[in-house]
Order: sequence, then structure tokens, then C-alpha cells
Amino acid sequence: MSKTKTKKLGLEQLQRIIDLCSSVEERGLDPFLVDVDDIIKIVKEFFPFWEKPEELCLDAEAINRLASVIKLQGEWVRHRSTSLYTDPFLLGEKIQKLDNESLVEIFLKVWRPIVELEQISPHSFLEAVKYWSQLLPLEERWRMPEVSEFEAGAVSRSDLIKERFLDEKTFAERLEALWEELKNRVGKDEKMLYWDFIGAETFEETMWRAYFTSFLVTYGYASLEIYPFENKVYIKPNEKPVPLSKKRNVVSVPFSISFEEWKKWRQQRGD
Amino acid sequence: MASAKRGLSKKAYYSRKVKRAAHLLFFRRHRKPGVKGWELRKKLGADYPKVLKLLDNYLARLDLKVNVVFEEGEQVQGEPIEKMKPEQLDKARFYITLRGDLTPTEAKMMGWRIDDIAGLAITISYIISRKGKVERKEVEKILKEKLPGWRAEANIDRYIRAGYITQDEKGFLYLDWRTKAEINQKTLVDLILGKEASPQSAD
Repeated sequence: MSKTKTKKLGLEQLQRIIDLCSSVEERGLDPFLVDVDDIIKIVKEFFPFWEKPEELCLDAEAINRLASVIKLQGEWVRHRSTSLYTDPFLLGEKIQKLDNESLVEIFLKVWRPIVELEQISPHSFLEAVKYWSQLLPLEERWRMPEVSEFEAGAVSRSDLIKERFLDEKTFAERLEALWEELKNRVGKDEKMLYWDFIGAETFEETMWRAYFTSFLVTYGYASLEIYPFENKVYIKPNEKPVPLSKKRNVVSVPFSISFEEWKKWRQQRGD
Repeated sequence: MASAKRGLSKKAYYSRKVKRAAHLLFFRRHRKPGVKGWELRKKLGADYPKVLKLLDNYLARLDLKVNVVFEEGEQVQGEPIEKMKPEQLDKARFYITLRGDLTPTEAKMMGWRIDDIAGLAITISYIISRKGKVERKEVEKILKEKLPGWRAEANIDRYIRAGYITQDEKGFLYLDWRTKAEINQKTLVDLILGKEASPQSAD
């Protein structure tokens, strides 16, 4: 048989296996209808012919479906070995032969309905009344906000910057500027204390500097040196940005920048 | 516990705890009735199995009992609550259920017609016999042999709403939390298999 014909036959066989396993799985048929050994033999026989991704996918799908059937077979054996196993046909026969009264009589012997109450307590009643009295009428809650009409006009870029809708510099420009500043401020040690670098006259400016500094470090413009025993953190500018992918041990270091810490830093500086 | 009992006698301490346990178990607090073990431990303290045992003893006089259903849906039969493992109990759900049997008249007073109960018995036992999973149309077919078509379908929907069975998107029925809490599945199947058909109804 030519290779093409064998491949075609093999693909048909795989599709048939998938369909059989799916029907067993979905329709709750006896999983032992599937002869696992036989299927594995077929899958093995045709496996050397598969070259294209879609052929290999079909092969994988067949194995996956077969695994599900094997799982069902395991469950079936487990269920049969439990005390709950009953032959469904025998039970079906019994159910058909019993009249409703007998079935009810049986059921009432094993039925222990849950006892539960739904009752409002005086406390929850008072809470509900309090809530109701404080609740605004729907008319007020759903009232649309009053809006007045304005004529559309043009806004200049400088106005947008003034209103803080736009930033004066781009993000990249800010990072570059901060990097240059760091390079200029470090002394012969080529590093400086982290807090001395991010600290500014106002807390708001300090937060901004800490925010951009985090990107300086992340993007490889600078690196941190941490001395936990001395409780000191230094920042060191890199000559060229070093991408994260080229660094070996990359760790995230969280810094807490609180108003109290900023005040403490200012006091230490003697401001 | 010793410090909690300092100002109270042991009897008063447990009497207060038993009342609190009854409130927790009788009044529905969540979407489903019953209370989880960890919740009882939080509200009643580490000795909650003892409190539940006392409540169970008290409820026995009223033909009620504290029922324990484990996470896997297995009902606890016979074993005393206080002898079970704490980690097992924390994950279990506790309910107050009837201790003895209901009479058909009492069941009717609960809003269940005799047909509805018979249908429920058939549905549950059929699902058990099919390893806990069966197509809805199969159950409908069995029910329709003895009930009008519309009633069979409406009954299945009612059992689903009540939490006895559940249905997946493919139309398969499974046993749900209420069956696990209220019905001794093994006894039900054994009783059906052991029951002789009445001469009038037998083929």
C-alpha cells in the first residue's frame, strides 16, 4: 500500500477512535466497550507516518480521549466495588414494578428533611427600619446630574500642561534627565545614598523622584547596592543601560516611602 | 475555655452555648441551610463537638437530630460527633434534620404530593444506580411512564430548584447537596431492591 493511502487510512482510524471514545464519555456508555489494547496497537502502527502538525494533533487527541475512557473504566471498577453499586437494569425493573404508594413508603423511611426557619428577629427588624428611613427615594438616587452646555473650544498644549492633563516632558525624557542628574551627583565612589537621591524639598516631589528612580533601576540605567546590616541602600548609575535580560540575579526590592520617613530624612539633613 | 467558664458554672456555660448552636443551625444564614464546622468552631469555641452532642441529646426528645455531612457528601452514621477528627469536622456541614420517619400525611403537609415524592425517589435511585450521572431525558422517560409528561418535566425542575439534583449544560443529572444531607442513599436502594411489588401492580 502506498504511503499516501496508508496515511489516509490511519487518519480515518484516528477519527473513528476519537468518535468512539467521545460517545462513551458523553452518552455514559459502558467504558469497557472500548478495547484499549487494540486502540493502542492501531495508534502505534500509524504513528511513524505522521509528519504534519495537524496529523500529530489528531494523534494526541485520540490518546487524550483514550485516557479519558481509561479514567472512566477506573471509576466504573471503583463504583462496582462500593456498597452503592446496583445493577441499573435490576433497579429499573424494580422501580417499574413498584406502585407509587410503595415507593413513597420506602422513601419516607430514608428521608430526613432538613429543619430550617426563616424568621426576622426584633433586632434585624429595627436595623431594617433604620436603613429604610435613611434610604433616599429612588427619584433622588437616580436623578441625573445637572449639566450645563458649553461651546466647544480649542485648548493649547501649555494650558493642558498647566492643568496637569499633559506632562511637560515625555517619560523617556524624564528618565534620561534623572539618569544624567544621578551621574553628575555621584562622587568618586560612583554611588550615593538612595534617600539622598530621591529626597526633595516637598514630599510630592520625593514621591515623583522615587517613582521615576524605580524605572531607572528596572530599565538598567542604574543599580542598587543594599547593605542590610548597616540599613543603607546606595544607587549607582550605569555607564550604559543594562537590559534586565542580561542581568543574572534579578530581584524586586520594595521601598516604603512614607511622609514620616521623608520628615526623618529632612531632619537628618538638618532642614 | 477555663477562663470563659470562670464566672459561670459549667452547666450555665454549656446551656448558653447550646442555645447559640440552636440559633446557628435552625436559622438559615446562607443560600444553603446548614453551618460549616469551622464556622461553628469560630462562634462556639473549640469544644463545639461537645456542644453539638448536648444539642443532639436535647433534640432527640423532639424527634430531631444534628446531622453531619462530610465534604464528599458522605453522611455520618452511628459515629459520635465528639469522636470524629477535628480537621474532618471543620470541613463538614451540620444540619438539623428529622430523626425518625415521616408519615405520608405529614409529607403532604410539607407541600409534597405523593406523586412528587415517588418521582423524587425514582429519580434519586436511578441516578445512584447509574454511578451518579444520567441523562435527563432517561429520567423523564421513566417518570412519564407513571406521570403526565408536563408533570414529569416540572417535577425534575422542582427537584433541581430544591437542591436534590443538579443538571449540567449537556443535560446530565447528578445528585446535589440536599440529597447528600437528607437521604441515606444505600438504604434507599436496598429497600427498593428488597421490596416486593404489590400483586395489583406487578406485571
